[in-house]
Amino acid sequence: MIQLKNIKKSFNGKIVLDDISASFYPGKANFVIGASGSGKSVMMKCMVGLIDVDQGEIFYGQDDFVNKSYEERKLIRKEIGMLFQGTALFDSLSVEDNIAFPLRMFTQMTAEEVLERVNFCLKRVDLANVNKLYPSNLSGGMKKRVGIARAIALNPKYLFCDEPNSGLDPLTSRLIDKLIKEITIEYNITTVINTHDMKSLFDMGDNIIYIYQGKKEWEGEKSLIRSSGNSRLLEFMKASEF
Amino acid sequence: MKFFEHFGNYTLFLLGLFKRPERFKVFAKQTLLEMSSIGVGSFGIVSLISVFTGAVSTIQIGVQLVSGLVPDYMLGTFVRDSNIYEFSPTITCLVLAGKVGSSIASEMGTMKVTEQIDALEIMGINSANYLVLPKILAGVLTIPLLVVYAMVLSIIGGAISGVMGDIISVDAYVRGLRTDFVPFSVWFALIKSTTFAFLITSISAYHGYRTEGGALEVGRSSTMAVVYSAVAVIIFDYILSDILLGA
Repeated sequence: MIQLKNIKKSFNGKIVLDDISASFYPGKANFVIGASGSGKSVMMKCMVGLIDVDQGEIFYGQDDFVNKSYEERKLIRKEIGMLFQGTALFDSLSVEDNIAFPLRMFTQMTAEEVLERVNFCLKRVDLANVNKLYPSNLSGGMKKRVGIARAIALNPKYLFCDEPNSGLDPLTSRLIDKLIKEITIEYNITTVINTHDMKSLFDMGDNIIYIYQGKKEWEGEKSLIRSSGNSRLLEFMKASEF
Repeated sequence: MKFFEHFGNYTLFLLGLFKRPERFKVFAKQTLLEMSSIGVGSFGIVSLISVFTGAVSTIQIGVQLVSGLVPDYMLGTFVRDSNIYEFSPTITCLVLAGKVGSSIASEMGTMKVTEQIDALEIMGINSANYLVLPKILAGVLTIPLLVVYAMVLSIIGGAISGVMGDIISVDAYVRGLRTDFVPFSVWFALIKSTTFAFLITSISAYHGYRTEGGALEVGRSSTMAVVYSAVAVIIFDYILSDILLGA
Protein backbone atom coordinates (compact mmCIF):
# COMPACT_ATOMS: atom_id res chain seq x y z
CA MET A 1 0.00 0.00 0.00
CA ILE A 2 1.13 3.55 -0.74
CA GLN A 3 -0.03 6.48 1.31
CA LEU A 4 0.43 10.16 0.62
CA LYS A 5 0.12 12.50 3.58
CA ASN A 6 -0.31 16.23 2.98
CA ILE A 7 2.14 16.50 0.13
CA LYS A 8 2.86 19.91 -1.31
CA LYS A 9 4.92 20.93 -4.29
CA SER A 10 5.43 24.26 -6.01
CA PHE A 11 7.63 25.47 -8.87
CA ASN A 12 8.83 29.09 -8.82
CA GLY A 13 6.09 30.00 -6.37
CA LYS A 14 3.31 28.33 -8.38
CA ILE A 15 1.59 25.65 -6.31
CA VAL A 16 1.26 22.44 -8.32
CA LEU A 17 0.31 20.01 -5.55
CA ASP A 18 -1.61 21.43 -2.66
CA ASP A 19 -1.89 19.35 0.50
CA ILE A 20 -2.73 16.03 -1.15
CA SER A 21 -3.42 12.97 0.95
CA ALA A 22 -4.43 9.71 -0.70
CA SER A 23 -4.17 5.94 -0.42
CA PHE A 24 -3.32 3.38 -3.12
CA TYR A 25 -4.21 -0.24 -2.46
CA PRO A 26 -2.51 -3.54 -3.39
CA GLY A 27 -4.20 -5.73 -5.98
CA LYS A 28 -6.20 -2.72 -7.19
CA ALA A 29 -5.99 -0.45 -10.21
CA ASN A 30 -5.74 2.93 -8.49
CA PHE A 31 -6.60 5.66 -11.00
CA VAL A 32 -5.54 9.28 -10.78
CA ILE A 33 -7.61 11.41 -13.14
CA GLY A 34 -7.74 15.10 -13.91
CA ALA A 35 -7.37 17.60 -16.72
CA SER A 36 -4.02 18.33 -18.35
CA GLY A 37 -1.91 20.46 -16.03
CA SER A 38 -3.86 19.40 -12.94
CA GLY A 39 -0.73 17.93 -11.32
CA LYS A 40 -1.17 14.19 -11.97
CA SER A 41 2.25 13.65 -13.55
CA VAL A 42 4.03 15.77 -10.93
CA MET A 43 2.32 13.73 -8.22
CA MET A 44 3.50 10.49 -9.83
CA LYS A 45 7.04 11.82 -10.19
CA CYS A 46 6.98 12.83 -6.51
CA MET A 47 5.79 9.37 -5.56
CA VAL A 48 8.69 7.65 -7.36
CA GLY A 49 11.21 10.24 -6.17
CA LEU A 50 12.02 11.89 -9.49
CA ILE A 51 10.86 15.17 -7.93
CA ASP A 52 11.27 15.96 -4.24
CA VAL A 53 8.17 17.18 -2.42
CA ASP A 54 8.32 20.48 -0.52
CA GLN A 55 6.31 19.08 2.37
CA GLY A 56 4.46 15.93 3.38
CA GLU A 57 5.14 12.21 3.60
CA ILE A 58 4.95 9.28 1.19
CA PHE A 59 4.73 5.83 2.74
CA TYR A 60 5.52 2.60 0.92
CA GLY A 61 4.11 0.14 3.42
CA GLN A 62 5.70 1.37 6.66
CA ASP A 63 8.66 3.08 4.96
CA ASP A 64 8.66 6.87 4.76
CA PHE A 65 10.12 7.42 1.29
CA VAL A 66 10.55 11.20 1.64
CA ASN A 67 12.83 11.11 4.65
CA LYS A 68 15.10 8.36 3.37
CA SER A 69 18.58 8.88 1.96
CA TYR A 70 19.35 8.27 -1.73
CA GLU A 71 20.81 4.84 -0.92
CA GLU A 72 17.83 3.88 1.27
CA ARG A 73 15.43 5.00 -1.46
CA LYS A 74 17.19 2.71 -3.91
CA LEU A 75 15.97 -0.29 -1.92
CA ILE A 76 12.36 0.85 -2.33
CA ARG A 77 12.90 1.77 -5.98
CA LYS A 78 13.92 -1.80 -6.72
CA GLU A 79 10.34 -2.76 -5.82
CA ILE A 80 8.90 -0.20 -8.26
CA GLY A 81 8.11 -0.78 -11.92
CA MET A 82 7.08 2.07 -14.17
CA LEU A 83 5.45 2.28 -17.56
CA PHE A 84 6.22 5.68 -19.04
CA GLN A 85 3.96 7.65 -21.35
CA GLY A 86 6.59 7.41 -24.10
CA THR A 87 7.69 3.94 -22.88
CA ALA A 88 11.31 5.13 -22.20
CA LEU A 89 12.79 1.95 -23.63
CA PHE A 90 16.56 2.16 -24.09
CA ASP A 91 17.09 2.86 -27.81
CA SER A 92 20.52 1.29 -27.92
CA LEU A 93 19.36 -2.04 -26.47
CA SER A 94 17.32 -4.80 -28.06
CA VAL A 95 13.96 -5.83 -26.59
CA GLU A 96 15.65 -8.74 -24.82
CA ASP A 97 18.37 -6.52 -23.35
CA ASN A 98 15.81 -3.90 -22.26
CA ILE A 99 13.91 -6.47 -20.22
CA ALA A 100 17.09 -8.17 -19.02
CA PHE A 101 18.60 -4.85 -17.91
CA PRO A 102 17.20 -4.73 -14.34
CA LEU A 103 17.82 -8.46 -13.94
CA ARG A 104 21.50 -8.09 -14.88
CA MET A 105 21.91 -5.06 -12.64
CA PHE A 106 20.19 -6.31 -9.50
CA THR A 107 20.14 -10.09 -9.46
CA GLN A 108 22.72 -12.84 -9.46
CA MET A 109 20.87 -14.77 -12.17
CA THR A 110 22.88 -16.72 -14.73
CA ALA A 111 22.55 -15.83 -18.42
CA GLU A 112 20.18 -18.78 -18.92
CA GLU A 113 17.99 -17.74 -16.00
CA VAL A 114 17.87 -14.15 -17.28
CA LEU A 115 16.81 -15.34 -20.74
CA GLU A 116 14.19 -17.59 -19.21
CA ARG A 117 12.76 -14.70 -17.19
CA VAL A 118 12.83 -12.37 -20.23
CA ASN A 119 10.92 -14.91 -22.30
CA PHE A 120 8.43 -15.43 -19.47
CA CYS A 121 7.78 -11.66 -19.25
CA LEU A 122 7.43 -11.37 -23.03
CA LYS A 123 5.00 -14.27 -23.08
CA ARG A 124 3.05 -12.66 -20.25
CA VAL A 125 2.51 -9.55 -22.39
CA ASP A 126 1.64 -11.69 -25.44
CA LEU A 127 4.75 -10.93 -27.46
CA ALA A 128 6.80 -13.54 -29.26
CA ASN A 129 9.84 -13.52 -31.55
CA VAL A 130 10.74 -9.93 -30.77
CA ASN A 131 13.81 -10.60 -28.58
CA LYS A 132 16.34 -9.31 -31.07
CA LEU A 133 14.32 -6.35 -32.37
CA TYR A 134 15.12 -2.79 -31.30
CA PRO A 135 12.55 -0.30 -29.96
CA SER A 136 12.65 1.60 -33.26
CA ASN A 137 11.37 -1.56 -35.01
CA LEU A 138 8.27 -1.82 -32.81
CA SER A 139 4.76 -0.33 -33.10
CA GLY A 140 3.37 1.89 -30.30
CA GLY A 141 1.36 -0.96 -28.78
CA MET A 142 4.31 -3.35 -28.88
CA LYS A 143 6.53 -0.76 -27.20
CA LYS A 144 3.97 -0.40 -24.40
CA ARG A 145 3.95 -4.16 -23.94
CA VAL A 146 7.73 -4.31 -23.82
CA GLY A 147 7.57 -1.42 -21.32
CA ILE A 148 5.21 -3.49 -19.16
CA ALA A 149 7.44 -6.56 -19.53
CA ARG A 150 10.46 -4.55 -18.36
CA ALA A 151 8.44 -3.07 -15.49
CA ILE A 152 7.42 -6.51 -14.18
CA ALA A 153 10.80 -8.22 -14.75
CA LEU A 154 11.82 -7.86 -11.10
CA ASN A 155 8.38 -8.79 -9.71
CA PRO A 156 7.60 -5.28 -8.44
CA LYS A 157 5.29 -4.58 -5.53
CA TYR A 158 4.32 -1.24 -7.04
CA LEU A 159 3.54 -0.43 -10.67
CA PHE A 160 3.17 3.13 -11.97
CA CYS A 161 1.62 3.74 -15.38
CA ASP A 162 1.69 7.26 -16.79
CA GLU A 163 -0.97 7.63 -19.50
CA PRO A 164 -0.63 3.99 -20.60
CA ASN A 165 -3.04 4.48 -23.52
CA SER A 166 -1.72 7.70 -24.96
CA GLY A 167 -1.08 7.47 -28.69
CA LEU A 168 -2.71 4.05 -29.03
CA ASP A 169 -5.76 3.04 -31.07
CA PRO A 170 -8.88 2.06 -29.06
CA LEU A 171 -8.42 -1.66 -29.61
CA THR A 172 -4.78 -1.67 -28.50
CA SER A 173 -5.70 0.57 -25.57
CA ARG A 174 -8.17 -2.01 -24.31
CA LEU A 175 -5.58 -4.76 -24.66
CA ILE A 176 -3.05 -2.77 -22.63
CA ASP A 177 -5.72 -2.03 -19.99
CA LYS A 178 -6.61 -5.71 -19.77
CA LEU A 179 -2.97 -6.63 -19.41
CA ILE A 180 -2.33 -4.13 -16.62
CA LYS A 181 -5.42 -5.24 -14.78
CA GLU A 182 -4.52 -8.93 -15.05
CA ILE A 183 -0.97 -8.32 -13.83
CA THR A 184 -2.22 -6.20 -10.94
CA ILE A 185 -4.50 -8.95 -9.68
CA GLU A 186 -2.18 -11.85 -10.50
CA TYR A 187 0.82 -10.47 -8.57
CA ASN A 188 -1.16 -8.38 -6.04
CA ILE A 189 0.62 -5.22 -7.20
CA THR A 190 -0.28 -1.72 -6.02
CA THR A 191 -0.90 -0.18 -9.43
CA VAL A 192 -1.18 3.59 -9.90
CA ILE A 193 -2.47 4.80 -13.27
CA ASN A 194 -2.56 8.38 -14.51
CA THR A 195 -5.07 8.82 -17.30
CA HIS A 196 -7.65 10.97 -19.06
CA ASP A 197 -9.24 7.89 -20.59
CA MET A 198 -12.66 7.40 -18.97
CA LYS A 199 -13.30 4.20 -20.90
CA SER A 200 -10.17 2.78 -19.34
CA LEU A 201 -11.28 3.96 -15.90
CA PHE A 202 -14.72 2.36 -16.16
CA ASP A 203 -13.29 -0.87 -17.59
CA MET A 204 -10.60 -1.53 -15.02
CA GLY A 205 -10.55 1.14 -12.31
CA ASP A 206 -11.01 0.20 -8.66
CA ASN A 207 -10.03 3.21 -6.59
CA ILE A 208 -10.30 6.69 -8.13
CA ILE A 209 -8.61 9.96 -7.18
CA TYR A 210 -9.69 13.12 -8.98
CA ILE A 211 -7.29 16.07 -8.98
CA TYR A 212 -8.28 19.60 -9.91
CA GLN A 213 -5.68 22.37 -10.08
CA GLY A 214 -3.31 20.59 -7.73
CA LYS A 215 -5.93 19.69 -5.11
CA LYS A 216 -7.59 16.39 -4.47
CA GLU A 217 -11.25 16.97 -5.26
CA TRP A 218 -12.56 13.47 -4.74
CA GLU A 219 -11.45 9.97 -3.78
CA GLY A 220 -13.49 6.81 -3.76
CA GLU A 221 -14.49 3.59 -5.44
CA LYS A 222 -15.49 3.50 -9.09
CA SER A 223 -19.07 2.51 -8.23
CA LEU A 224 -19.51 5.76 -6.30
CA ILE A 225 -18.16 8.13 -8.93
CA ARG A 226 -21.48 8.96 -10.62
CA SER A 227 -23.08 9.71 -7.26
CA SER A 228 -20.09 11.68 -6.00
CA GLY A 229 -21.96 14.97 -6.09
CA ASN A 230 -18.73 16.71 -7.13
CA SER A 231 -19.75 19.03 -9.95
CA ARG A 232 -16.21 19.39 -11.37
CA LEU A 233 -15.71 15.63 -11.48
CA LEU A 234 -19.10 15.09 -13.12
CA GLU A 235 -18.35 17.82 -15.64
CA PHE A 236 -14.93 16.21 -16.38
CA MET A 237 -16.62 12.85 -16.94
CA LYS A 238 -19.37 14.35 -19.05
CA ALA A 239 -16.80 16.05 -21.29
CA SER A 240 -15.15 12.67 -21.87
CA GLU A 241 -18.35 10.89 -22.91
CA PHE A 242 -19.38 10.73 -26.54
CA MET B 1 26.27 35.02 -12.54
CA LYS B 2 25.24 32.39 -15.10
CA PHE B 3 28.86 31.18 -15.22
CA PHE B 4 28.95 30.63 -11.43
CA GLU B 5 25.59 28.83 -11.56
CA HIS B 6 26.90 26.49 -14.27
CA PHE B 7 30.20 26.01 -12.46
CA GLY B 8 28.41 25.09 -9.21
CA ASN B 9 26.05 22.69 -10.98
CA TYR B 10 28.94 21.16 -12.93
CA THR B 11 30.89 20.59 -9.71
CA LEU B 12 27.87 18.94 -8.07
CA PHE B 13 27.36 16.84 -11.19
CA LEU B 14 30.97 15.62 -10.99
CA LEU B 15 30.65 14.84 -7.27
CA GLY B 16 27.59 12.69 -8.01
CA LEU B 17 29.47 10.74 -10.67
CA PHE B 18 32.30 9.30 -8.69
CA LYS B 19 30.49 6.52 -6.86
CA ARG B 20 31.11 2.81 -6.89
CA PRO B 21 29.46 1.34 -10.01
CA GLU B 22 26.38 -0.83 -9.37
CA ARG B 23 27.87 -3.77 -11.30
CA PHE B 24 31.59 -3.72 -12.20
CA LYS B 25 31.10 -6.16 -15.11
CA VAL B 26 28.45 -3.93 -16.70
CA PHE B 27 30.60 -0.84 -16.04
CA ALA B 28 33.65 -2.44 -17.71
CA LYS B 29 31.58 -3.46 -20.74
CA GLN B 30 30.15 0.06 -21.06
CA THR B 31 33.65 1.56 -20.82
CA LEU B 32 34.99 -0.73 -23.56
CA LEU B 33 32.06 0.16 -25.83
CA GLU B 34 32.70 3.87 -25.25
CA MET B 35 36.42 3.41 -25.89
CA SER B 36 35.59 1.83 -29.21
CA SER B 37 33.15 4.62 -30.06
CA ILE B 38 35.53 7.46 -29.10
CA GLY B 39 38.80 5.86 -30.21
CA VAL B 40 38.04 3.76 -33.27
CA GLY B 41 35.24 6.14 -34.28
CA SER B 42 37.63 9.11 -34.35
CA PHE B 43 40.51 7.39 -36.14
CA GLY B 44 39.65 8.68 -39.60
CA ILE B 45 39.17 12.33 -38.74
CA VAL B 46 42.26 12.42 -36.49
CA SER B 47 44.37 10.86 -39.26
CA LEU B 48 43.21 13.39 -41.83
CA ILE B 49 43.67 16.40 -39.55
CA SER B 50 47.11 15.28 -38.36
CA VAL B 51 48.63 14.62 -41.77
CA PHE B 52 47.49 18.01 -43.07
CA THR B 53 48.52 19.88 -39.91
CA GLY B 54 52.04 18.46 -40.23
CA ALA B 55 52.12 19.18 -43.95
CA VAL B 56 50.96 22.78 -43.53
CA SER B 57 53.36 23.44 -40.65
CA THR B 58 56.31 22.26 -42.80
CA ILE B 59 55.31 24.58 -45.65
CA GLN B 60 54.72 27.59 -43.40
CA ILE B 61 57.89 27.16 -41.34
CA GLY B 62 59.83 26.46 -44.54
CA VAL B 63 58.65 29.76 -46.01
CA GLN B 64 60.00 31.61 -42.99
CA LEU B 65 63.43 29.92 -42.99
CA VAL B 66 64.72 31.60 -46.12
CA SER B 67 67.37 33.84 -44.50
CA GLY B 68 70.05 31.14 -44.50
CA LEU B 69 70.97 32.01 -40.90
CA VAL B 70 69.15 28.93 -39.61
CA PRO B 71 70.32 25.52 -40.90
CA ASP B 72 67.64 23.83 -43.08
CA TYR B 73 67.51 20.68 -40.91
CA MET B 74 66.08 22.85 -38.11
CA LEU B 75 62.81 22.78 -40.06
CA GLY B 76 62.35 19.19 -38.84
CA THR B 77 62.99 20.32 -35.26
CA PHE B 78 60.46 23.14 -35.48
CA VAL B 79 57.81 20.93 -37.09
CA ARG B 80 58.38 18.27 -34.42
CA ASP B 81 58.16 20.70 -31.51
CA SER B 82 55.21 22.71 -32.80
CA ASN B 83 53.24 19.52 -33.43
CA ILE B 84 54.15 17.73 -30.22
CA TYR B 85 53.78 20.72 -27.92
CA GLU B 86 50.76 22.36 -29.49
CA PHE B 87 49.16 21.26 -32.73
CA SER B 88 48.61 17.57 -32.06
CA PRO B 89 47.13 17.80 -28.56
CA THR B 90 45.22 21.05 -29.03
CA ILE B 91 43.91 20.77 -32.58
CA THR B 92 43.07 17.08 -32.14
CA CYS B 93 41.18 17.83 -28.93
CA LEU B 94 39.37 20.79 -30.48
CA VAL B 95 38.21 18.52 -33.30
CA LEU B 96 37.22 15.86 -30.77
CA ALA B 97 35.33 18.49 -28.77
CA GLY B 98 33.16 18.86 -31.86
CA LYS B 99 32.85 15.21 -32.76
CA VAL B 100 32.82 13.42 -29.41
CA GLY B 101 31.34 16.33 -27.43
CA SER B 102 28.30 16.77 -29.65
CA SER B 103 27.77 13.01 -29.79
CA ILE B 104 27.83 12.67 -25.98
CA ALA B 105 25.59 15.71 -25.43
CA SER B 106 23.01 14.67 -28.01
CA GLU B 107 22.93 11.07 -26.76
CA MET B 108 22.48 12.17 -23.15
CA GLY B 109 20.00 14.90 -24.13
CA THR B 110 17.85 12.50 -26.13
CA MET B 111 17.88 10.01 -23.26
CA LYS B 112 16.81 12.80 -20.92
CA VAL B 113 13.89 14.11 -22.98
CA THR B 114 12.62 10.60 -23.78
CA GLU B 115 12.62 9.76 -20.04
CA GLN B 116 15.23 6.99 -20.42
CA ILE B 117 17.30 8.63 -17.67
CA ASP B 118 14.20 8.77 -15.44
CA ALA B 119 13.69 5.06 -16.14
CA LEU B 120 17.21 4.33 -14.88
CA GLU B 121 16.67 6.43 -11.74
CA ILE B 122 13.38 4.69 -10.95
CA MET B 123 15.13 1.33 -11.23
CA GLY B 124 17.45 2.56 -8.47
CA ILE B 125 20.46 3.14 -10.74
CA ASN B 126 22.64 6.24 -10.37
CA SER B 127 22.12 7.33 -13.97
CA ALA B 128 25.02 9.79 -14.05
CA ASN B 129 27.40 7.16 -12.71
CA TYR B 130 26.09 4.48 -15.08
CA LEU B 131 25.99 6.64 -18.21
CA VAL B 132 28.66 9.31 -17.77
CA LEU B 133 31.52 7.73 -15.82
CA PRO B 134 32.30 5.14 -18.57
CA LYS B 135 32.38 7.98 -21.14
CA ILE B 136 34.81 10.03 -19.05
CA LEU B 137 37.02 7.04 -18.33
CA ALA B 138 36.96 5.97 -21.99
CA GLY B 139 37.83 9.53 -23.08
CA VAL B 140 40.69 9.85 -20.61
CA LEU B 141 42.13 6.50 -21.73
CA THR B 142 41.56 6.86 -25.46
CA ILE B 143 42.11 10.52 -26.37
CA PRO B 144 45.77 10.64 -25.22
CA LEU B 145 46.44 7.58 -27.42
CA LEU B 146 44.81 9.38 -30.34
CA VAL B 147 47.03 12.37 -29.63
CA VAL B 148 50.18 10.20 -29.71
CA TYR B 149 48.96 8.77 -33.00
CA ALA B 150 48.32 12.33 -34.24
CA MET B 151 51.89 13.36 -33.29
CA VAL B 152 53.38 10.53 -35.36
CA LEU B 153 51.12 11.23 -38.35
CA SER B 154 51.73 14.98 -38.28
CA ILE B 155 55.50 14.42 -38.36
CA ILE B 156 55.06 12.00 -41.27
CA GLY B 157 52.75 14.51 -42.99
CA GLY B 158 55.41 17.18 -42.51
CA ALA B 159 58.03 14.96 -44.13
CA ILE B 160 55.78 14.16 -47.09
CA SER B 161 55.00 17.83 -47.81
CA GLY B 162 58.63 18.81 -47.26
CA VAL B 163 59.89 16.27 -49.79
CA MET B 164 57.03 16.73 -52.28
CA GLY B 165 57.37 20.50 -52.17
CA ASP B 166 61.16 20.28 -52.45
CA ILE B 167 61.46 22.22 -49.20
CA ILE B 168 63.77 19.80 -47.38
CA SER B 169 65.39 16.41 -47.93
CA VAL B 170 64.39 13.37 -45.90
CA ASP B 171 67.85 13.16 -44.33
CA ALA B 172 67.80 16.78 -43.22
CA TYR B 173 64.27 16.42 -41.90
CA VAL B 174 65.19 13.32 -39.86
CA ARG B 175 68.31 15.05 -38.58
CA GLY B 176 66.12 17.94 -37.44
CA LEU B 177 63.72 15.54 -35.71
CA ARG B 178 66.63 14.05 -33.74
CA THR B 179 68.12 17.38 -32.74
CA ASP B 180 67.61 18.56 -29.15
CA PHE B 181 64.67 16.27 -28.49
CA VAL B 182 63.19 16.84 -25.02
CA PRO B 183 61.29 13.73 -23.85
CA PHE B 184 59.23 15.90 -21.49
CA SER B 185 57.51 17.40 -24.55
CA VAL B 186 55.65 14.11 -25.02
CA TRP B 187 54.71 13.99 -21.34
CA PHE B 188 53.52 17.57 -21.62
CA ALA B 189 51.30 16.64 -24.58
CA LEU B 190 49.94 13.62 -22.69
CA ILE B 191 49.14 15.68 -19.58
CA LYS B 192 47.37 18.24 -21.76
CA SER B 193 45.40 15.68 -23.74
CA THR B 194 44.32 13.80 -20.58
CA THR B 195 43.07 17.07 -19.10
CA PHE B 196 41.32 18.02 -22.35
CA ALA B 197 39.74 14.55 -22.56
CA PHE B 198 38.28 14.94 -19.08
CA LEU B 199 36.98 18.42 -19.88
CA ILE B 200 35.42 17.45 -23.23
CA THR B 201 33.62 14.34 -21.94
CA SER B 202 32.46 15.78 -18.62
CA ILE B 203 31.32 19.18 -19.96
CA SER B 204 29.46 17.55 -22.85
CA ALA B 205 27.81 15.01 -20.56
CA TYR B 206 26.84 17.80 -18.15
CA HIS B 207 25.10 19.78 -20.91
CA GLY B 208 23.36 16.69 -22.26
CA TYR B 209 22.27 15.57 -18.81
CA ARG B 210 20.68 18.96 -18.06
CA THR B 211 18.56 19.01 -21.23
CA GLU B 212 14.89 19.78 -20.63
CA GLY B 213 12.26 19.92 -23.38
CA GLY B 214 12.45 18.35 -26.81
CA ALA B 215 14.43 18.06 -30.03
CA LEU B 216 15.20 21.78 -30.16
CA GLU B 217 16.75 21.71 -26.69
CA VAL B 218 18.80 18.61 -27.54
CA GLY B 219 20.32 20.53 -30.46
CA ARG B 220 20.94 23.52 -28.21
CA SER B 221 22.63 21.35 -25.57
CA SER B 222 24.82 19.82 -28.22
CA THR B 223 25.93 23.25 -29.44
CA MET B 224 26.56 24.44 -25.88
CA ALA B 225 28.60 21.30 -25.18
CA VAL B 226 30.88 21.93 -28.17
CA VAL B 227 31.30 25.65 -27.44
CA TYR B 228 32.03 25.24 -23.72
CA SER B 229 34.34 22.26 -24.31
CA ALA B 230 36.33 24.17 -26.93
CA VAL B 231 36.61 27.23 -24.70
CA ALA B 232 37.71 25.05 -21.77
CA VAL B 233 40.35 23.37 -23.96
CA ILE B 234 41.79 26.74 -25.00
CA ILE B 235 41.80 28.12 -21.46
CA PHE B 236 43.42 25.01 -20.00
CA ASP B 237 45.93 24.99 -22.85
CA TYR B 238 47.14 28.35 -21.58
CA ILE B 239 47.00 27.36 -17.89
CA LEU B 240 48.91 24.09 -18.38
CA SER B 241 51.50 25.73 -20.64
CA ASP B 242 52.07 28.39 -18.02
CA ILE B 243 52.32 25.89 -15.16
CA LEU B 244 54.42 23.21 -16.92
CA LEU B 245 56.56 25.29 -19.25
CA GLY B 246 56.55 28.76 -17.67
CA ALA B 247 59.69 30.13 -16.06
